[in-house]
Amino acid sequence: MTTAVAERATRRPRAVALSLHPLAWWAWALALAVALSRVTNPVVVLLLVVAVVAVVLTCRGDGRWGRAFRGYLVLAGVVVVIRVVFHLLVGVDGAGPVLLDLPRLDLPAWAGGLDLLGPVRLGGLLSAVYGGLALGALLLCFGAANSLADPVRALRSLPAALHPIGTAVVVAVTVAPRLVTSFARVRRAQRLRGLPGRGWRGLAATVVPVLSDALDHALALAASMDSRGYARSVSGRRDVGAALTLALAAAVIGTYGLLDAQAPWWLGVPMLAAGTTVALAAGWVAGRRSRRTRYRPDRWGLAESFVAASGVVAAALALLSPELRQTVLPGAPPLAWQALAVAALAAMPAVAIGGRPQRLEAGP
Amino acid sequence: MIELVDVTLTYPDAAAPVLREVSLAVERGEMLLVVGGTGSGKSTLLAAISGAFPHSTGGELRGSVRVAGRDTREHRPRDLADVVGVVGQDPEATFVTGTVEEELAYTLEQLGLPPAVMRTRVEATLDQLGLAHLRARPLETLSGGEQQRVAIGAVLNAHPQVLVLDEPTSALDPAAAEDVLAAVHRLVHDLGLTVVLAEHRTERVAGLVDRVAVVAQGRVRVGEPAALLPAYEGAPPVVGLGALVGWQPVPITVREARRLAGPLAAQLGTSPPTGSYVPPGEPVLSARKVTVRHGSTTAVDGVDLDLHQGDVVALMGRNGAGKSSLLWALQGSGRRTSGSVRLADGAETAALDPVAARSRITLLPQPASDLLYLADVASECAAADGGSGRARAELDALVPGIADETDPRDLSEGGRLALALAVQLSADAEVVLLDEPTRGLDAVAKAALSARLRELAEQGRAVVVTTHDVEFAATCANRVVVLAGGEVVADGVATDVLRASPMLAPQVAKVLPHAGVLTVADVATRLARGGGRDG
Repeated sequence: MTTAVAERATRRPRAVALSLHPLAWWAWALALAVALSRVTNPVVVLLLVVAVVAVVLTCRGDGRWGRAFRGYLVLAGVVVVIRVVFHLLVGVDGAGPVLLDLPRLDLPAWAGGLDLLGPVRLGGLLSAVYGGLALGALLLCFGAANSLADPVRALRSLPAALHPIGTAVVVAVTVAPRLVTSFARVRRAQRLRGLPGRGWRGLAATVVPVLSDALDHALALAASMDSRGYARSVSGRRDVGAALTLALAAAVIGTYGLLDAQAPWWLGVPMLAAGTTVALAAGWVAGRRSRRTRYRPDRWGLAESFVAASGVVAAALALLSPELRQTVLPGAPPLAWQALAVAALAAMPAVAIGGRPQRLEAGP
Repeated sequence: MIELVDVTLTYPDAAAPVLREVSLAVERGEMLLVVGGTGSGKSTLLAAISGAFPHSTGGELRGSVRVAGRDTREHRPRDLADVVGVVGQDPEATFVTGTVEEELAYTLEQLGLPPAVMRTRVEATLDQLGLAHLRARPLETLSGGEQQRVAIGAVLNAHPQVLVLDEPTSALDPAAAEDVLAAVHRLVHDLGLTVVLAEHRTERVAGLVDRVAVVAQGRVRVGEPAALLPAYEGAPPVVGLGALVGWQPVPITVREARRLAGPLAAQLGTSPPTGSYVPPGEPVLSARKVTVRHGSTTAVDGVDLDLHQGDVVALMGRNGAGKSSLLWALQGSGRRTSGSVRLADGAETAALDPVAARSRITLLPQPASDLLYLADVASECAAADGGSGRARAELDALVPGIADETDPRDLSEGGRLALALAVQLSADAEVVLLDEPTRGLDAVAKAALSARLRELAEQGRAVVVTTHDVEFAATCANRVVVLAGGEVVADGVATDVLRASPMLAPQVAKVLPHAGVLTVADVATRLARGGGRDG
């Protein structure tokens, strides 16, 4: 017992990810997410998943965010399973040989005239699996960013104008786990009063203390932030907020234009660029107006550029290679050298950054 | 530095003011201790000084409160952030960021200090409070004492002139509390800070403060500790000892009392350790090899424990030693990785259904307010005892005068705890387990609880109390079990175990280490019996 504790206390945490600028990981993960949204070849998707998992496992920190990645893996698996189950239930048959001849159940017209189950064909099943895979992989990218970069720290890197939003998210992020633990704690406590866990009375007995606990906590936090000078330097002007909302809308439209192959060209990159410009300008104005300062801001160095670049180059290669998009169903997915190159590029941070000594001193 | 002139404070919708016509001046560099009963208005007085009353709480303020020359009427708490630092009882609830270093820098960022200044101040604070080795640690992984030191450091960084501390040690074990208070005391010396400190456990701080403010019946009296404490029911035991024996001047600290204690010690003589523990009655619960694991950490490690009729066991140990986990495992509804807990008739506690368990082995959880869910005190009591009136009687015995229609959430922390205690004690179980039943209770309520626990023991119940309050343990326990790292490291007669360790020794035992006494009442009994050794 004591030796285990001592070991934990002297071991340096694997906090490589913590020492990198959080936005570097977000850039890397978002680039891969964009690539994944356009790549349909399941082999490439699987290779990218392997790359992402490898990077997370070698570079994540020991904190609560680092440990959260397992949850995302489970979630991605669930997505694939749900996609397949839905396909079995209501999916379109697709081509290819029949694998499983299930009886067809016709629902009456008032229920939408759907037919449930029915024969399962190879093509349809494969497309369901591939679709689920692509979605799960997308989820994994966000999970990877969250596990590698503490979201709270990432929010600190946002421009000053977004500071109130950032604070709200930080508070929400800390309150949500507290709600979960408080719910479990109160249920346990109510059993001590001999109350049933079920039924209206049991529910009221649990919800009231949980909510009052959450409210008390929120009030205590608000009072603490107030007495520590939060919002001292906020001006009453709303122009920056309006500009940022506009920029955000432009960015959303631009992203849609970039991802949807059928969208007109001007919805893509130009929209995104315009949004970014407005956001930067508004952030600059707000930054000049705010009297708040930042303690030890994260630095953007060579390693950060490398991580971001490996993601962006991998994504660019994936987007520019039509080979990665061809998948004829049913049939073996074609494999091209680009697939391996994309995965290798995406996994570069694991090779170069993983196991590197950390830059910041990080505790005992 | 702090000036209150004719201040009357009334909460919204309240019939009467909490505090009336309070006039009080605190000089620069002074350390003021605020004491008072449960719900007397201590916290409100502190909130008025920090500006939280009325800005955050609502309510009406008459008169004027000036802190460092700023009137709190015109200055919101955030405008006072550079002159007043506030630290509450639950540091975790007030953390805004994720790690120690960021938390320390938060106030400075809000004040808009240049990065170079921030860096210097954060480094200085890390050293001042002994936090340098924890700088990058996530806040939720720190122990209670460390969290409280971070909370103090976080407000200290802004170089406030006033520090307001509302029961900063109520959740801490004796060693951690001493750490925090020593840090505060050093800051008063080094920086000339003005400190206003509310604390129920006066014995922890009485020796450090310059003056005492006693809050009672809406009034505040201020004076020297030696002048006011003897008349205050929550005074440190040494003050009570001084009053009993007639020492002049009245000692405030253990050191002062020791210098006067020579003749008394001679009169009482020496009493050797009582020896082995003799069960006072039939066994009622027997736990074997109880192990509790949470993930990879072992909270309770193979504990054997037998409880007997008439036992009041104080379960002590550091924060995180496994006390709460052990209580939950004994009760049966908590996690238990292995081991067995059987009642007198052989029933396994984990197999009892909630209704049966409540009538046989009852537990007061922490926080106790988790138990309360109804809209007023009367319905809570009725739901607990089925209308027999037992719960109400228990409540009145602990904290009299709580109105039936009060919403439990409007009660003070001590009031809520008393209500939860009444709810659990009304179940009249054979085994009573209480997790920190004294947090926020004033001295009168604590004495009442201690008497009630002794009474339960005499009726043939077995009681287990986890507590950091050694003085409380000394008044009610006949047996003390000390946990460390989930294992039992000491188990024996209270008089022996509590005298053996300086961290666990109550004040009277520190003053008279060889007399075999723990409380002022013990000394009084021995003197009445004509001194000498007893038994």
